[in-house]
Amino acid sequence: MSYPSNSNIHLFRNEILNLCKQDVAKCIQCGKCSAGCPISPEMDIQPNQIIRLIQLNDREGVLRSNTIWLCASCETCSVRCPEKIEIATIMDILRKLSLEANIQAGEKNIVKFDQIFLDSIKKRGRVHELGLVIRYNLTTGQPWKDVHLGPIMFMKGKFSLLGHRIKELERVKEIFRLSRRIKSQE
Amino acid sequence: MEIGYYPGCSLESSAKEFDVSIRACFTKLGVSLKEIPDWNCCGASPAHYLNEELALSLPYRNLIKAEEAKLQKILSPCPACHSHLIHVYNEVIRDPGLNQRLKNIVGKEFKKNSVSKHLLDFIKEDIGMERLKESITLPLKDLKVACYYGCLTRLPDVNIDDIENPMIMDKIIEAIGGEPIDWSYKTECCGASLSITRTEIVLRLVKPILEAAEEKGAECIVVACPLCQSNLETRQGDINKKYKTSFKIPVLYLSQLIGISQGINPAELGLNRLIINPTPLLLEKGIFEK
Ligand code: SF4
Ligand code: SF4
Repeated sequence: MSYPSNSNIHLFRNEILNLCKQDVAKCIQCGKCSAGCPISPEMDIQPNQIIRLIQLNDREGVLRSNTIWLCASCETCSVRCPEKIEIATIMDILRKLSLEANIQAGEKNIVKFDQIFLDSIKKRGRVHELGLVIRYNLTTGQPWKDVHLGPIMFMKGKFSLLGHRIKELERVKEIFRLSRRIKSQE
Repeated sequence: MEIGYYPGCSLESSAKEFDVSIRACFTKLGVSLKEIPDWNCCGASPAHYLNEELALSLPYRNLIKAEEAKLQKILSPCPACHSHLIHVYNEVIRDPGLNQRLKNIVGKEFKKNSVSKHLLDFIKEDIGMERLKESITLPLKDLKVACYYGCLTRLPDVNIDDIENPMIMDKIIEAIGGEPIDWSYKTECCGASLSITRTEIVLRLVKPILEAAEEKGAECIVVACPLCQSNLETRQGDINKKYKTSFKIPVLYLSQLIGISQGINPAELGLNRLIINPTPLLLEKGIFEK
């Protein structure tokens, strides 16, 4: 499908196409993606609507939604789309675009969790699960969240007190320093 | 046979029983596991959510470490870790430019000599059902098992089995003497990491999965993923409280059930680490002796 190159209507569609090779112009709005999406009840914009809004060039509306953060990457939508659009892949790139645009995330805590998680990798090379959960609860102001599970998890040895630190930590730090949020096309 | 092993972060702590049971039953099968030296976290979903190149370069370093240790096959029990490793492998084969870019980030080039396999792949292709059956000394006596796959078959580049109706775990359960139930929730989503950030969504998703398993007469659920295990088992108490239900159905790792059927000591399989103790059920079925 081709569009007049001077038209701005398809800017967002073209952006997505360039970044992740998924063409929303193919979408026929059958709704299968949303029908099968396990998280759709909690989403403010349904997956098929996200695709439609990209077609309609509503960049800001899409990037502000909580949908892109609630998406659990379960891939149900992608494997069922009759037009073979990888909706989950589009959700992936939308999250990065929303961070690039500094748009207040529709789900602040999820972004916090992800950041703390990556921080843990940067500090040790691996994730220390207990430290991660504690830091997440404190940062998000819910210190008592899931404490009822604490004693049993400890008793069962599910949490190690000390995390492991890998030897080539400097290398991992370098990987963090050099990695770009959106894949460079070099 | 010696193969590479990538346990991943969960298997070092909350899913330790997945790790110990895999080691125990692979020893029975004559396979020795060699951990990738100094491996790092694969980045899990947070890297995937926040930084595209990080999500590729973290697994890339692990592939290099495996290659340097001459490990051609890597067993990765966590489906998410496996999907990330195999995805990076496929992408660098498809796109030489990407391999160059990742080499610049990680500092070394991956020569494509190490490839990841999931536990299910490995049992199916490298061990084979016949050899598995030969290692069985305590068949599961028609224990009714609900095989739960979650998103495993849909994850990028995983390609293990039919996407909507996988049967591979069901066949393994049959091979070790259990009775897999026929049910329609085997590939429903468990909510994955929303368990920490939006717990109530996970409770809403897991409740119908447990109901469906019980309705079809399942006596336990078997999984091959640390997140599935934790969401299906650890959250039963919260579900009971919220929905006034009374679920108490054991959720075991596939490697634990295989280990039981191989007659391995329960402590070596980490059965005592499960929150819902499966021992009363195993005694009642006569699989364990009183
Ligand atoms: S399933 Fe595919 S074609 Fe149907 S609405 Fe969703 S994106 Fe469009
Ligand atoms: S990948 Fe995301 S949008 Fe697609 S079905 Fe799963 S949760 Fe919904």
